[in-house]
Amino acid sequence: MNDALSLNDALWVLLLGSLLGLELIGKVPPTLHTPLMSGANAISGITVLAALTLIIKAGSSGNGALMALGAVSLGFALFNVIGGFLVTDRMLAMFSRKPARQKEKR
Amino acid sequence: MTAAVVIKYAIELVAVLLLALGIKGLSKVRSARAANQIAAVALALAVLGVLINFLSTSGIDASAWLWIIGGTVVGGLLGAITSQRVPMTAMPETVALFNGCGGMSSLLVALGVALDPLAGSDGEGTGALVAGISIVVSVFVGAITFSGSVVAMGKLQGWLDTPAWMQSKLRHVINIGLAAFSLVAAIALIASGGDQGLWLLVIGSSLLGIGVTLSIGGADMPVVISLLNSYSGVAAAAAGFVVGSQMLIVAGAMVGAAGLILTQVMCNAMNRSLVNVLFGGALGASASAADQGEYQGITSCSAEECALTLETAQRVVFVPGYGLAVAQAQHILREVAELLEAQGIDVAYAIHPVAGRMPGHMNVLLAEADVPYEQLIEMETINPEFPRTDVVIVLGANDVVNPQARNDSTSPLYGMPVLNVEEATTVFVVKRGLSAGYAGIKNSLFERPNTSMVFGDAKKVLSGLAQELRELGVGKAKVG
Repeated sequence: MNDALSLNDALWVLLLGSLLGLELIGKVPPTLHTPLMSGANAISGITVLAALTLIIKAGSSGNGALMALGAVSLGFALFNVIGGFLVTDRMLAMFSRKPARQKEKR
Repeated sequence: MTAAVVIKYAIELVAVLLLALGIKGLSKVRSARAANQIAAVALALAVLGVLINFLSTSGIDASAWLWIIGGTVVGGLLGAITSQRVPMTAMPETVALFNGCGGMSSLLVALGVALDPLAGSDGEGTGALVAGISIVVSVFVGAITFSGSVVAMGKLQGWLDTPAWMQSKLRHVINIGLAAFSLVAAIALIASGGDQGLWLLVIGSSLLGIGVTLSIGGADMPVVISLLNSYSGVAAAAAGFVVGSQMLIVAGAMVGAAGLILTQVMCNAMNRSLVNVLFGGALGASASAADQGEYQGITSCSAEECALTLETAQRVVFVPGYGLAVAQAQHILREVAELLEAQGIDVAYAIHPVAGRMPGHMNVLLAEADVPYEQLIEMETINPEFPRTDVVIVLGANDVVNPQARNDSTSPLYGMPVLNVEEATTVFVVKRGLSAGYAGIKNSLFERPNTSMVFGDAKKVLSGLAQELRELGVGKAKVG
């Protein structure tokens, strides 16, 4: 990035991000352990950003091999992201459908 | 600050906010689905932010676009197809697979930057040492996540077994050796910046991921996957340092920390400590001879006898386990339950926190079969109700109904919260045979006088049961 990230800033971001993550999840009903794990897993595919950055930078220096490496990395990350979100949605759809149907019956 | 930079920051801030809301919402039943979608939008926004940032500054080369589109189409399509086609029973290994790929991605980015430093952050603010350290962390954690997840998936699929030498103390020596090897390689990489250290680090940390995961038993795999999930967040944050992206650092740190908490929550549900899961080895290894002896005084009965008992019951509780899911018997189970309900019999499902193959898995499987959500009752709520339950039918569950977990302090299961099914008047255990569960130990429930085994595949037994019930005229009034 052209506005270079200083180490100091980066460490603060790391610290605050970690604290936020620790606070976000408190009590989780066992029902949601599986979907939550799967959803958090999809988010960890955020490395798409790193893969994109790598490809774009390799592109501006004309490094084909590096671009290819970045594309493979991007593929892996997107497999994680898209697959992860969709599969989580598939699981959660089953939960949310149920109470609605019960209401209809009554 | 140009307008584009302002827009980029605005997008990133919104994305971080939505991501936090997403993770938070995922821990509540009501908001979970929307939260998952919010998190997906947040990720899309973050990608948009990166693209806008580059478009407004250095621009994006046409060839780069080509590779971006290529990677997106292949990875995205495969992900979409996989997510729709995997059966719900295979959820643990699917999450492991996705997770491993996330780790692989971080690993590859760090590799790329290590091989061609120009591609990394400009190195003005972050010095060479920091760049080296972040590459090392990204490669190390990324490789462990990948190889560990692949092993976890292999074990869950039944492709891999725990080799005997992995059960011995030798594995600690090997793993410590691999860790030391990786550390030396990492130091060499940081000190000299040569490619040699890099490759050795890749090899060392990949093997370490395998070594650590291979010795862990199948029952503990969900905890491992959750922990590896946390690692992949750490790997992403490290990759954020490598390429100089705040967004990546904050999101990676958030997932890393949240994953750690989730891992802890899961360990609590199974009443095990994380240290014990990671270094205790497979449960079966520590089982004493007495735990594995022959069964004595087993009573078995047919579906017909079971149906006759059910007909006169007032309250029936089903205890579904993974065997039910393997037999794909969720739907026929619901049919049986509906027959009983139509007869005015009170029906409930007792859900152990780790029923199925990971916490919450059974809820997903039963929801898929249209079992009403209100009938799924969690362990703490249903345990006091067993004494006034007439019939309990255990379907393909084993360790979660083992009374030894409460009574026998020498049992490896001792201390794990279990369903107290033996307090019911009659217990039927539907099981294919007398083989041990995940924990690899004998279940004294099967020898109890009020327990009858119904041998057979859960689906066949339940179909037989449904037929017998219909012949007895149970539930005829309303269901037909």
